[in-house]
Amino acid sequence: MLHIKCPHCGLRSQNEFSYGGDATVKRPELNKEISDQDWDSFVYLRKSPRGKHLELWQHISGCRRWIKVERDTLTHEIFKTLKANEEV
Amino acid sequence: MSEKFRLDKGGLINRNKKLSFKFNGKKYFGYEGDTLASALIANGVHLVGRSFKYHRPRGFFGAGVDEPYAIVQMNRNNEVDPNVRATEQELFEGLEAKSVNCWPNVDFDIGAINNFLGKFFPAGFYYKTFMWPKSFWYKVYEPIIRKAAGFGEASIKHDKEKYEHKYEYCDLLITGSGPSGLASAYAAAQNGAKVILAEDKSRFGGSLLTSEVTIGNQSGKDWAEKIISELKLMPNVIVKNRSQVFGYYDHNMLVMSERVSDHLPKTEKYIPKQRLWYIRAKEVIISSGSIERPLVFGNNDTPGVMLSSAAKEYLKIYGVLVGKKPLVFTNNDSGYETAIEFKKNGIDPIVLDTRKSPNSEIIKEAKDLNINIKFSYVVVAAKGYKKVKSADIAKISDDKKNVSNIENIGCDCICVSGFWTPTIHLASQSGNKTKFKDEIDAFIPSQSKQKETTLGSANGIFTLEETLKTSFEKGSELSKQITNKENKIAVPSVVEKKSSNHDKFWCVPLPEGKNYKRFLDFQNDVAVSDIQLALREGYRSIEHVKRYTTLGMATDQGRTSNLNGLQLVSDIENKVVPQVGHTTFRPPYSPVSIGAIVGREIGKHSKPTRKSPMHYWHEKNNAVFVDAGVWLRPRYYKQGNENLFEASKREAKNVRQNVGVCDVTTLGKIDIKGPDSAEFLNRVYTNAWLKLPVGKARYGVMLREDGIVMDDGTTTRISENHYHMTTTTAQAANVLSHLEYYLQLVWPELNVNVVSSTEQWAGAAIAGPKSRDVLQKLFPDLDLSNEGLPFMGYMEGNLFGVNAKIYRISFSGELAYEVNVESDNGNYMWEKIMEIGKDFNIQPYGTEALSTLRIEMGHVAGSELDGRTIPYDNSLDGLVSKKKDFIGKRSLSKAAYVASDRQKIVGVIPLDKKTSIPEGSYIVKDAKAKLPNPKLGHISASCWSVEYDNPFSLAIIKDGRNMIGQKLFAMSPLKNKTIPVEIVSSHYVDPKGERVRS
Ligand SMILES: [Zn+2]
Repeated sequence: MLHIKCPHCGLRSQNEFSYGGDATVKRPELNKEISDQDWDSFVYLRKSPRGKHLELWQHISGCRRWIKVERDTLTHEIFKTLKANEEV
Repeated sequence: MSEKFRLDKGGLINRNKKLSFKFNGKKYFGYEGDTLASALIANGVHLVGRSFKYHRPRGFFGAGVDEPYAIVQMNRNNEVDPNVRATEQELFEGLEAKSVNCWPNVDFDIGAINNFLGKFFPAGFYYKTFMWPKSFWYKVYEPIIRKAAGFGEASIKHDKEKYEHKYEYCDLLITGSGPSGLASAYAAAQNGAKVILAEDKSRFGGSLLTSEVTIGNQSGKDWAEKIISELKLMPNVIVKNRSQVFGYYDHNMLVMSERVSDHLPKTEKYIPKQRLWYIRAKEVIISSGSIERPLVFGNNDTPGVMLSSAAKEYLKIYGVLVGKKPLVFTNNDSGYETAIEFKKNGIDPIVLDTRKSPNSEIIKEAKDLNINIKFSYVVVAAKGYKKVKSADIAKISDDKKNVSNIENIGCDCICVSGFWTPTIHLASQSGNKTKFKDEIDAFIPSQSKQKETTLGSANGIFTLEETLKTSFEKGSELSKQITNKENKIAVPSVVEKKSSNHDKFWCVPLPEGKNYKRFLDFQNDVAVSDIQLALREGYRSIEHVKRYTTLGMATDQGRTSNLNGLQLVSDIENKVVPQVGHTTFRPPYSPVSIGAIVGREIGKHSKPTRKSPMHYWHEKNNAVFVDAGVWLRPRYYKQGNENLFEASKREAKNVRQNVGVCDVTTLGKIDIKGPDSAEFLNRVYTNAWLKLPVGKARYGVMLREDGIVMDDGTTTRISENHYHMTTTTAQAANVLSHLEYYLQLVWPELNVNVVSSTEQWAGAAIAGPKSRDVLQKLFPDLDLSNEGLPFMGYMEGNLFGVNAKIYRISFSGELAYEVNVESDNGNYMWEKIMEIGKDFNIQPYGTEALSTLRIEMGHVAGSELDGRTIPYDNSLDGLVSKKKDFIGKRSLSKAAYVASDRQKIVGVIPLDKKTSIPEGSYIVKDAKAKLPNPKLGHISASCWSVEYDNPFSLAIIKDGRNMIGQKLFAMSPLKNKTIPVEIVSSHYVDPKGERVRS
């Protein structure tokens, strides 16, 4: 079980969090033209990197904040955790 | 039977407490402090099981967790416990156990014929034999293999034992209480660190309990006792025996299984049988020690052949002789310790040492005691079937390739020592790559991956002096980093005997013309010849050899077999062991019962049970409950002998004719506040929200970005910047996360806050033509006319002294209202409704009637919004705004979503108007078409229409809009039913929706 440092609450066990996928995906702006291909890749296409990955987690049984976690998908090492509005 | 093999004195058992027990139906005696194994050996019982593949007789090989043979079935506390190691099971009064893997009994086992058919059971036998013909697998091969394989028999009854989980945090977790564990725990504890010291066995001390050493001015055993009693008194230390740390997971999370009650005849009330500890440790010290390696020779699996360290343990801890004519076969000095122990107890052992002329203190001591020692000697083969009777011994050439001067000598046990294998399982599980240490022919941990440090013999250090020194140092150093405190401790002086080097010899060559089976893996019956065959057949990778031959794959994880297997592969391949590499160790180190893993999360405890404030009223009024997510909801209220069908029909009919009331507390509720709330809702829902006036509710549908419907519900504008959103019961948590996601990550500029208010409100839906009459009597001061409170209107009122919120919304399709009060007042509200409603023939209705009402109205719910449908599929086209953007809108223009023959919701009626259509049935054109019959769609929900008194279903089918009026078939292969049906509109009752507006 991972040990994740919520930037708002501190170190907590993984079972307090839920996983939210790739944190680098940006939702296209509302009311803007977008090609089918770009939209489909936003909705469906995700990288599955071996190694460093910036991902979203929600501290669902804690402060309910969405946070960013930089994690190694191979070793589970967590390099950094960030608030939703922070960049790496 | 008397204890012929128990010494008159000695050992750590309590001779004042005699215990009786039964093994294979026969009664024996032992003492408190015995294991089942030591007590059986004391009684001269060595035949305890049969081997896995060949069903050869098997006895005891070890004295603890390393035991590969003595697996028994326990009968304790009226429960069976399969696959218990007799060497780990402590004796208690009345213990009952029996052998496994033998039929009809351990003395006469029919499966033993496999032994004589041995040549038909080579490596990969199962792969080779049971492949063809394919049809034979299920009917012939599998049942036979299943019967022949496996160990104990699991009970098919519900396990009444209790298991529990515990979470713990500590600075240092120390796994094993031998010299390194004790020293490091003591040093860390002195520095104020929070320490957990875990010992697998019942007694603390590890090797100190059986070795002849002095620490300070005490014996090793006394020193261990002193340290443990001091540690137990320290408030920052948890000391646990009978506790196996079996898994090393990510981020220094380790799991430990504590056998809380297994050593007692009964599990006491409020005490679990076993407890699983999840321990998050800042640092881990692996002090798991080492396990003696066997030497490999002919018939080395015969009962009576065992590890020399085990023989010593039985002597020193239990006062038990494993034999009276012992042969000690060793390649190092450890065998001598066992031989000397025999000698001290009046037994004359013979030592066969593979080395030519070793010299050390202990060998000198053995010589001085006149022990018969033969150098350059080996055991070629053990003789005897159910117990060792003699051994063929021989001289071994200097190059160790040939044996000569074979002679047979009488003996009743063979104690083998092939040097020591560090127990590196936990280090390996943590991600440590480990390295091969040539001097000890074994792997030890290398670079730490997580916060782990391995000490003592687990790290390949076999002298007590160095072990204590490094362990005190490491314990102090690691704890100091955490506590910033240092209490210097003087390392005590040590007296121990110096050893001479071990001999790298491990496998006795076969004499000319003999083909004895020489076993490597005792539990899975893997012999030298099996590995040789696998290599001849081209297997090279050790991982493949392991899987093909099953070497090291038994429940003992190859504790005694892995290294010898690697030696053999490297010998044949002309490689060195590190080139071959070892297989990966995975948790659990030792088997863990499923019960312990499940813990208390069983039956009603597997999820929380949520009850509405009106639950006890429902209970008193004969409600039959159904699980709705984590909630318990009334499914129907039973009157007299009614069944579900009759009751729900009565309840639904009463809603259509008079008035009914339904507990809707379980609906998800989310409170939304902030100046940008309207804009936010406008982006979340598919329809327009900017112009919803205060005091009005609106129905909304929300999508995922892929265009699939996520949830639906009504949201009411309570005041300028305050909205009350409802969600379905099932999606409540997901919707909240969804909203938080967009507010926190996508549109943080929106000034909106959301919070769940599900538990704050109790809700009652009052539905039916007479609902306004009921409501008017509940709120006499309010204008509840169609003009005063129109459809989708909202009002606040006072319900006999209690604040209430009234929403004019309807799920049943009738004139209806939902009244919410604070949860604490829920029951009060409900009783008032029932009291006042009496005059209007009000009846409570459950989820079954609720479904009936919504289905015949064609209202969609969870069975249609099933994560596979878009708004158009559910005829919600009118709710999809063309003008504004919203979550998921862009996906709705996908070609597949706008295709003219896209699936659509329809109504379905059986042609005979009698046969109910099972939910999940397929809709097909031709009931007799060849399989696979192309399906047009499926039945999503079925009911008995109370309006028309015939069955009615909803279905989502391809090209639904053009199917209306067609005659098709509903097929349910599960129920074996084919029903001719007609497709109609999904709005079966009141298609214009006049009632809700009346
Ligand atoms: Zn948090």
